Amino acid sequence: MSLDAATVRRIAKLARIRVDDAEISVLQTELNAILGYVEQLSEIDVTGITPLSGGADMAMRLRADIVTDGDIAPQILANAPDRAGDFFSVPKVVE
Amino acid sequence: MTIAEAAKHLAARDFTATELAAAHNDAIAALNPRLNAYITTTPELALTQAKAADARIAAGTAQPLTGIPLAIKDLFCTAGVRTTAASKILAPFIPPYESHVTQNLLDAGVVYLGKANLDEFAMGSSNITSGYGPVENPWKRAGSDAKLVPGGSSGGSAAAVAARLAMGATGTDTGGSIRQPAAFTGIAGIKPTYGRCSRFGIIAFASSLDQAGPMARTVEDCAILLGAMAGFDARDSTSANRPVPDYRAAVTRGVKGLAIGIPAEYRMDGMSPEIAALWDKGISWLRDQGAEIIDISLPHTKYGLAVYYIVAPAEASSNLARYDGVRFGARVHGEDLIDMYERTRAAGFGAEVKRRIMIGTYVLSAGYYDAYYLRAQKIRALILRDFTDAFTRVDAILTPTAPSAAFGLGEKMDDPVTMYLNDVFTVPAPLAGVPAMSIPAGLNAEGLPLGLQIIGRHFDEETVFAVAGALEHAAGFTAKPALRAA
Repeated sequence: MSLDAATVRRIAKLARIRVDDAEISVLQTELNAILGYVEQLSEIDVTGITPLSGGADMAMRLRADIVTDGDIAPQILANAPDRAGDFFSVPKVVE
Repeated sequence: MTIAEAAKHLAARDFTATELAAAHNDAIAALNPRLNAYITTTPELALTQAKAADARIAAGTAQPLTGIPLAIKDLFCTAGVRTTAASKILAPFIPPYESHVTQNLLDAGVVYLGKANLDEFAMGSSNITSGYGPVENPWKRAGSDAKLVPGGSSGGSAAAVAARLAMGATGTDTGGSIRQPAAFTGIAGIKPTYGRCSRFGIIAFASSLDQAGPMARTVEDCAILLGAMAGFDARDSTSANRPVPDYRAAVTRGVKGLAIGIPAEYRMDGMSPEIAALWDKGISWLRDQGAEIIDISLPHTKYGLAVYYIVAPAEASSNLARYDGVRFGARVHGEDLIDMYERTRAAGFGAEVKRRIMIGTYVLSAGYYDAYYLRAQKIRALILRDFTDAFTRVDAILTPTAPSAAFGLGEKMDDPVTMYLNDVFTVPAPLAGVPAMSIPAGLNAEGLPLGLQIIGRHFDEETVFAVAGALEHAAGFTAKPALRAA
């Protein structure tokens, strides 16, 4: 399976990365090389195998649903590229 | 001088922690402009921490790491000290909190020399994807001044330790990022069992694979460091709630009676004869010390890389979604919110990170999830089963760490897949979650270091340390890199 230019553009859009037209063909070649390499996985029969999602096949631990910290707005906002009072500020979303 | 030796000298008042820190600060000032092992240096913080360490030593409350100067991979959040993950997108980021692993080290009294360079977001095998420039390997081929890569992604940590710009370092390993650079720079490094070190405060790459671990010049130093770094943390849901064993004691335990597996699948076509010969030497070193050598099979080894290059980018595409210019990091203005996201990420991420985010986005996208991601997770289960089966017969597994010695800056860069092949021997362990260590075992004909890898059972780092200690003892590796502080 090989990615065409339109698919590369669609992936970039989904990934929220702006890509110039000139970069598309380079990315297309590189991504196809990687997908070509992983193609070998199709030769294994995986019928009945349970997928492994975690690093050590461990059960996820749950914690009590209680507040463990808070009231640290200044720390949370300290790295904001733009802010208005105690809020993160972004370009207008709704006209 | 090793960490263990420095601790003795500090205790005996042969020198102070302040003197030790100052000597390292001077070495860094002299050599780091060339090696680029540190993105950020913290000489004043080092002196402040060293002074506190001296007070602790004087008060008789010192621990083995009190006053020991370390490099911290710039993937660990350090409160009040800029943390970039070697990405331009985090250039302005100053964490308000400390990672669990580095807090453990601070509690033990270590000294921070600075934040070590790495591949951007730990994605790479040569440190060339850093947004802050590549790292030069302090080792040189005999008769050549050509710049070699230190490996990656913990390339700055490895170069700093090898060049004596730190006594030890923190690293992280997702597909080999501690072990491969350790091998390329003639030092030791261990990726512990998944869950042994908390991931809290370590900038995430691929969360089901990422593990922190130490890098140092001896196996014992790695054991001392891991003993302090490891431990339960409720803030990481995959942190293992188990006691941390005495790793240091395990180093000299010996290998008498241990069964050591030699996997046939690692003897790949085209493997360099030097690496094959070093592996054979390692086998006889262990046999001579009383270990039983057993041929084993890890049949799905050859699929490890392909599984890794689906699973890791998939997790990365999700983890790196947070870099959107809103809450922290750099922002590039756009016409609207989406345009701001896209411009911010286009400017902030380097080429390798973009490639991996896009691959990950694709393999998780509707219509392709089952064919790529789900299939990769199933084969990951088969890779774990290979190890589980092998560990019913053997106590540890011995392999080479990497298929080659350090290569030149600019080599192997024709296409991403060629670079990925570096990780062929190191990716299976993190996929299975098992601990694995690299130790320097010899030099190639050009005078460059080569590493051997020891893989152990889940949560049995002690046996890994025992085998590593035995190999280190037999190898007697004393070679030093061309570029280093006195």
